[in-house]
Amino acid sequence: MLEVQGLHAYYGKSHILQGVDFKIGEGEIVSLLGRNGVGRSTTLKAIMGEVPPQGSILFQGKEIAGRKMHEIARSGIGYVPENRNIFPTLTVRQNLVLGIKNMRKQGRWSIDDMFDMFPNLRERADALGSVISGGEQQMLTMCRTLMGDPDLVMIDEPTEGLAPKLVEQVRELLAEIAKRGISILLVEQKLDIALKISNRLYVMGHGEIVFEGTVPEFTANDQVRKEWLEV
Amino acid sequence: MESFIFALFNGVLYGMLLFMLASGLTLIFSMMGVLNFAHASFFMLGAYFAYSISTYVGFWPALIVAPLIVGVVGALVERYGLRPVHSYGHVAELLFTFGIAYVIEEIVKMIWGQVPVPYDIPESLNFTLFAWAGLDYSAYRVFMLLVSVGIFVALFALLTKTRIGLIIRAAVSDPTHVATLGHDVPTIFMWTFGFGCALAGVAGVLGGNVLGTEPAMALQLGPIVFVVIVVGGLGSLGGALIAALLIGIIQTMAIFYDFGINAALLAVGIEIDAAGMFRDFARITTAQASPVIPYLLLVLMLIFRPRGMFGTRDV
Repeated sequence: MLEVQGLHAYYGKSHILQGVDFKIGEGEIVSLLGRNGVGRSTTLKAIMGEVPPQGSILFQGKEIAGRKMHEIARSGIGYVPENRNIFPTLTVRQNLVLGIKNMRKQGRWSIDDMFDMFPNLRERADALGSVISGGEQQMLTMCRTLMGDPDLVMIDEPTEGLAPKLVEQVRELLAEIAKRGISILLVEQKLDIALKISNRLYVMGHGEIVFEGTVPEFTANDQVRKEWLEV
Repeated sequence: MESFIFALFNGVLYGMLLFMLASGLTLIFSMMGVLNFAHASFFMLGAYFAYSISTYVGFWPALIVAPLIVGVVGALVERYGLRPVHSYGHVAELLFTFGIAYVIEEIVKMIWGQVPVPYDIPESLNFTLFAWAGLDYSAYRVFMLLVSVGIFVALFALLTKTRIGLIIRAAVSDPTHVATLGHDVPTIFMWTFGFGCALAGVAGVLGGNVLGTEPAMALQLGPIVFVVIVVGGLGSLGGALIAALLIGIIQTMAIFYDFGINAALLAVGIEIDAAGMFRDFARITTAQASPVIPYLLLVLMLIFRPRGMFGTRDV
């Protein structure tokens, strides 16, 4: 579904991504692990076109590197950024409606699906995005992306700063997304969640991929964990 | 009382004309962060296009066609002028719109000449709609008022009740993230700019035959429109409406109830020596001070409340 080859990206003169290669299959959940600052979030931004990419990004067989952000989104990639970009002047319901790319076509998700999964959002449907809690904002950001009916969802640190109960809700949502046949590229600090739901893992270090394997292969490899993940 | 209502009517009318101009400017500023110095030039283009079109096919087709042409010109200016300049920052954008204002003014002078053109009120609306307490209320002015109120209602409904309005409001706070949701933000910017210019065009069509259609008209009204959006609050449509009405009413009342500062001071028991150093100051009348009032309001607002009455961010 997604094949990234020799991906480079820069912030000014800083060379952040230095030849990233990885792939994600149909319906697969893949986690991108690594310490802070190794380029995991930049990888997602480069795929989305938010940071200019160099290299090849094939999505469903088509080259998307260099295309405009809205074209990449419309090709079927959903992106949940790290910083919960809720539109503060819109209500919860309006935020969800904004996520719909094609009003004429019924996607895999409806607003009621979202409200059934997160009853809190239904209760606060008419509240402004600026007044709901951080946890609710995280749920809303994820739900809004799903309203666009993506085939691949890239999620950046969805559990960061959330209470344990909400972390569990996020895990359930990720499982539900996978159940509907949607591929997931997950950037996550909490190793237990990544290990529980992923089919495969990539570990990043110094702007490139330093490990690739299945969950059992990763758990059997103490050296990778010590060298590239532990602080 | 009757004369007060007449002055109020004219103040509201002038205020609504300012609102028509300011609504487009505040829409452009709130979404794109561009302080479009050329905005009043699009108002002028609306008036001139309406003059030329109405010469051949009459006022009513001109009321529709002239703003459409102005809107398309605005969209082209955004697409092929402002967008390439955007990457150089807001100062470059500001200078670009400044340049466009002069280019439009010179083009207007070349095509239509330096003197005012005879763009008149249409015959079909050139009559007294009603008279009250000896004062005539013109049908054309009532029509202007209705159109401007209609524009406010339509614009408000567009921004709050439609999907495109949602996208525009979201793009105001975070255009990048709106794009990641699959919305073509640059194209939305282009048409918002064009739509804002078209609104200025409507104001030009309606105001050109009342205020006079001449090459200096943009320069006369342009700065006041900036006062409206700053006083109302950058990006606030409701704020622009209230500020436009406030400025329109205050200026009109100042002219209508023309009294000298000396008389006002006498009323509160202060007498100024007719030969003293303040004698020139005391001779000033409210009608003379009227053009300064909006700018005084601007200065006070910037000092005491930089985000304006209803704005969410500082100037």
